[in-house]
Amino acid sequence: MSNYAAGHSQWEKIKLLVFYLFCSFVFIFLIMPNFIVVPISFSGARFLQFPPKSFSWQWYLNYFNQGEWVRATIVSFEVAILVTFCATLLGSLAAYGLVRGRFGGKAVINSFIISPMVTPILVTAVAIYKIFSDLRLTGTIAGFVLAHTIMALPYVVIVMTANLRGIDIEMEQSARNLGASRLTMLRRILFPLALPGMISSALFAFLISFDELLIAMFISSPTVSTLPKKLWDGIRTEINPTIAAVSTLLILISVVVLVAAGLVRRHFEKRTG
Amino acid sequence: MAPQQLEKEERSPAERPFARQLARLERWEKLTYLAFVMPALLLLAVLFVFPIIKFLLISVFDPTFTLDNFVRAFTRPVYLRIFWKTFEISLMTTLGALFLGYPVAYLFANVPTRVRNILLPLVLFPFWTNILVRMYAWMALLGHNGVINQLLVNGNLIGEPLPLLFNRFSVLVGMIHFMLPYMILTLYSVMSGIPNELMQAAASLGSPPWKRFYRIYLPLSMPGVGAGCLLVFILAIAFFVTPALLGSIRETMISQVIEREISEAFNWGFGAALSLILIVITTTLYVIYNRVMSIEKIHGE
Repeated sequence: MSNYAAGHSQWEKIKLLVFYLFCSFVFIFLIMPNFIVVPISFSGARFLQFPPKSFSWQWYLNYFNQGEWVRATIVSFEVAILVTFCATLLGSLAAYGLVRGRFGGKAVINSFIISPMVTPILVTAVAIYKIFSDLRLTGTIAGFVLAHTIMALPYVVIVMTANLRGIDIEMEQSARNLGASRLTMLRRILFPLALPGMISSALFAFLISFDELLIAMFISSPTVSTLPKKLWDGIRTEINPTIAAVSTLLILISVVVLVAAGLVRRHFEKRTG
Repeated sequence: MAPQQLEKEERSPAERPFARQLARLERWEKLTYLAFVMPALLLLAVLFVFPIIKFLLISVFDPTFTLDNFVRAFTRPVYLRIFWKTFEISLMTTLGALFLGYPVAYLFANVPTRVRNILLPLVLFPFWTNILVRMYAWMALLGHNGVINQLLVNGNLIGEPLPLLFNRFSVLVGMIHFMLPYMILTLYSVMSGIPNELMQAAASLGSPPWKRFYRIYLPLSMPGVGAGCLLVFILAIAFFVTPALLGSIRETMISQVIEREISEAFNWGFGAALSLILIVITTTLYVIYNRVMSIEKIHGE
């Protein structure tokens, strides 16, 4: 009897081991591309070599010495920062109206706001390209900001809707009952409460804009284009480690944003206990 | 809802004269809240919905009313083959992501929170890494002179580099890699709701582990499997970057054809027709997906 039980648990252990090995394999599969790019970017060879036999900064120098790459980086940052502001503002206001307001057709409005997320991005990109050509917005910062704000809005609204639902409406009502105008209430009561949610949606909006490729493919001009668009052109023409250097910088930015999001969440969780 | 109803019921006859004023106030409240939603709605209406409708209409008004573009899409063998390829690749991606993602989601749902918080970044990190970076990495890994081939050749395991890039294999690797976080997070959101007690009860009643899993856990996780597969399939069917970078001409998917029709052939009518077909497919699947699971539940957390 005990022998049987021992054999049984042995078999169980093997199965568990296989399960853990399988999961480890999936984790390695998931994370490997991020880790392969970094060493390549520091390679001293003139071509793709792995593992790199010598260390050098040449691909980073190459990136900083080429005006095109630096210009695209500046455009990307400029656009992403403006999108962060616009999308968070518009999205938070919309979420507030949707969560607290009582009016019909909310489901319709909701699916309307979500629609950029569920429409094939290429179709969105072509449609925006067409209207932007008519409005002369292609190849302009304003065009990029408008297009990326549309793409980031659904995410902000979803995050902020969940966030506002978790905030007790009685705080707002008390403030109003005590004579605060709606604006004062929003500024002094709701804004501090909704701030953690707004910061995480802002970070997401930043990354969505900073990483967006398909719309940029269509509305970029030779002088105004974003980093992903330049990366796309670069990957298609040459596989040299400059791309790896740019990729490493992009990974770095994602890490910074995600760590920031984590820290913000932890900070506010601690404060509210 | 409740406070307002209360106000109405408690209104005494002496307050009647104020009823109209109150109604006006309520209407004003409603309009105020609507005003908060308006800027976002206006932006979307003018720069998203209107342009898309305008673009899609080119498919039937090219320049006068015609159905030729759709006839062409549905009768030419080239396009039928591309539809079929797109469907095939999307299905294989979905099944691959499910196969790799299910055990990991199960792991997430059954480890202590502390361990999960350590493992979760491994899924979220690639999720927030630029798709071009990931695809470039796969090109560097799988290429003729790529990392894997260099390691294998230098290790004398193979004489000639393996053809790993620009074929069906590399497209599937890239797409499954992109989709895995979506699959894992969707599955996990359902699995985390499956009470542990059920499995324990079955175990205490003498049910062997495999049967426990098969008879209890698997059926309970099916909504997650359905939602995850639908989500991945919807994303896969409209994919552009991965087949364009990691595939050959044989892995051409429908989005690539649309892009080519617009930016190389300048055939807006046909591009719009293909776009309309694609949108109808993805929207239909999204409606089904919404029935299976609300979008907010997944992305809102």
